[in-house]
Amino acid sequence: MCLAIPACVVDLPEPGVALVDVGGVRKRISLALVDDVACGDFVIVHVGYALTKLDAGEARRTLQTFAEAGLAGPEAV
Amino acid sequence: MSAVRSGYVRPVDFKHGHVDMTHGGGGRAMAQLIDELFVRAFDNEWLRQANDQAAFRVGAGRMVMATDSHVVSPLFFPGGDIGCLCVHGTINDVAMSGATPLYLAAGFILEEGFPLADLKRIVESMAAAARDAHVPVITGDTKVVEKGKGDGVFITTTGVGVIPAGIDISGDRARPGDRILVSGTMGDHGVAIMSLRENLTFDTTIRSDTAALHDLVAAMIAAVPGIHCLRDPTRGGLATTLNELAHQSGCGMVIGEKHIPVNGQVQAACEFLGLDPLYVANEGKLVAICAAEDADRLLAAMRGHPLGKDAAIIGDVIPDSHQFVQMDTSFGGRRVVDWLTGEQLPRIC
Amino acid sequence: MKYIDEFRDGELARRLASAIAREARPERSYNLMEFCGGHTHAISRYGLKDLLPANVNMIHGPGCPVCVLPVGRIDNAIALAARPGLILCTYADTMRVPASKGTSLLKAKARGADIRMIYSSADAIRIAQENPDRDVVFFAIGFETTTPPTAVAITQAMALGLANFSVFCNHVLTPAAISNILESKDVRALGTVPLDGFIGPAHVSTVIGSQPYEYFAEEYQRPVVIAGFEPLDVMQAILMLVRQLNDGRAEVENEFTRAVTRDGNAKAKALVAEVFELRRSFEWRGLGEVPYSALRIKEKYGDFDAEARYGITYRSVPDNKACECGAILRGVKKPTDCKVFGTVCTPENPIGSCMVSSEGACAAHYAYGRFKDVAMVAGTPAPATAPFA
Repeated sequence: MCLAIPACVVDLPEPGVALVDVGGVRKRISLALVDDVACGDFVIVHVGYALTKLDAGEARRTLQTFAEAGLAGPEAV
Repeated sequence: MSAVRSGYVRPVDFKHGHVDMTHGGGGRAMAQLIDELFVRAFDNEWLRQANDQAAFRVGAGRMVMATDSHVVSPLFFPGGDIGCLCVHGTINDVAMSGATPLYLAAGFILEEGFPLADLKRIVESMAAAARDAHVPVITGDTKVVEKGKGDGVFITTTGVGVIPAGIDISGDRARPGDRILVSGTMGDHGVAIMSLRENLTFDTTIRSDTAALHDLVAAMIAAVPGIHCLRDPTRGGLATTLNELAHQSGCGMVIGEKHIPVNGQVQAACEFLGLDPLYVANEGKLVAICAAEDADRLLAAMRGHPLGKDAAIIGDVIPDSHQFVQMDTSFGGRRVVDWLTGEQLPRIC
Repeated sequence: MKYIDEFRDGELARRLASAIAREARPERSYNLMEFCGGHTHAISRYGLKDLLPANVNMIHGPGCPVCVLPVGRIDNAIALAARPGLILCTYADTMRVPASKGTSLLKAKARGADIRMIYSSADAIRIAQENPDRDVVFFAIGFETTTPPTAVAITQAMALGLANFSVFCNHVLTPAAISNILESKDVRALGTVPLDGFIGPAHVSTVIGSQPYEYFAEEYQRPVVIAGFEPLDVMQAILMLVRQLNDGRAEVENEFTRAVTRDGNAKAKALVAEVFELRRSFEWRGLGEVPYSALRIKEKYGDFDAEARYGITYRSVPDNKACECGAILRGVKKPTDCKVFGTVCTPENPIGSCMVSSEGACAAHYAYGRFKDVAMVAGTPAPATAPFA
């Protein structure tokens, strides 16, 4: 339902505005809904607004979970 | 005392002037515009004759004619403009039959008030494209409509060419077992246009791929004269073109998502806007279908040409009375790649 | 693209698919509803069904704000756009939704209405600033993900004193819709619809957090797993639901931990609470009247409420009698159960809400899945062999 993508903050040109980069494409978006965003952070962008910061540690952990899924799971019978 | 140079005619003001109704009126103003802009830019013996038609000889063989009307907005975009787009588009339509494009005609409908500076830019771009392609614009027409009745400028181009003997390329010639190829990355033009539309601008420049493909086609035919189908995936993108060919040939298709070349930036822009690159227009690419045993040779010929360096084999033609185009996703599942519904619009959902 | 491509990896998909196949007990079925249109889209677009065992069934829910927008509200938007001099700004998703008498915003635009497709509510503010002598209305739709951006626009309009700007508010709420589904007699009383668990919306949850789903898990004893939008996220969430159901648990779990916390985005929630309040009831296309399921603009911001400014009255327009969208949205029926699916009702000529948006259950099935409904000609290669076979 809500098309949103993770984007890297590459510049903070003015208060409340970030320049983000997705795969080499850059767009200016609003930071009105998120505080303490720094260059290098990743944010989830929806209709021109950052909705939240993306937690890189959790992303890594999630990918790790996927990788381990092929091995014996906890309910394997 | 002032002295007026004899024979002085004030030249058309291309810097600050605008199209007005006299430019379509058939009188002196129109003749002057034609002479100072069109004839000067296109610069060939036919236009210099100043007839209402152009006469030329043709060699033996089947003739091909194709026509396009161009209503693109915006008129100017990274990588091109409506001018070169027209020339490339019609050359490509002719070339997709295997024919060598020979001549072009161009009709202009100009809206009253359209800036002459923009018109000059467009015409000069057309002229450059025609020159580079060695396909002259030999005849044309100009009309002017009242303000509000046109989108600045509409251009219709018609092209003629001759098909060499022994070549039979048509959308209904695909057969089960054939292989499907594309000449390069998909979605560039449509994303370049859409990203210029109000409210969708990116800070990154994505360029249209508009190009004349007849030279590439000639190289392809030289390597594989028995090509079955050629088509350029313009409006509606690759997906629509494949569905058209499947329908015309009465077959199905299976393509592999991971084989379809897509520029990384185009992919990213599509993610932002919720678009699918398979449905986005291309203006400098083609789809080819040939017998399986010819595919590798055809691919090599395409990759050997600058306009085909990213060419790839993307799938196969299969028997299917329902004429579905199916795709094996890079993820591992299979889905149908259906006809486009209306125009693909960006989405928030 | 970082944090996108890694979550689409085909090799990891195969591992997750074997895990699901291994752990799904053959003696039962797992009927899982993905509430959110974005998940419906991911499942269709990546052909995820091919990677799931036959006893895991995905049911498409009503989480598509375009699909559930009633015809009467589109009629209202078209009427606004028809007002002389008014500029209606809308997300492109609404343009093709068919309204009464065969019209739509796209057709109204063709007839001369000044309707502008925008990417962001910020664009609507800008258009209002650039056209001070014209009324500008922003047609606001969406679930909780899209509501905070509208709230920002309204507070900005107030700060700027943008007197020519207003919002036609159609924001709806996820938990209310889930309740409605779970309360429907087919599910609750009759038990005719097996609905064992939910995949919770991804981006709605970044705003509202995982906490609001705890009520459902508890009250209806069904597990909820919040999943990201990438196909690996969906597969992992399915695996987590299978495990919960095997264990007899009914908890809220979060697969999308990289973007969702229990409390969500406090700043966004506060802003929404500042600008909006609950409507007592709101009609959802296909679901009928749903109590406390939608938002309207508070009186404090009444100057920017298009409904107040233009005296908009809502008239309910019933769906075509043959339309099964209501049942399909609640998971009671499948698109192929509908008599008009694929014949009268197609993406080109949608009759009901499920066909309107590309994420509606019917549109998704039509575009991506209907080839599996028909017998293939002999000699056609079979679809890609499922990795768990």
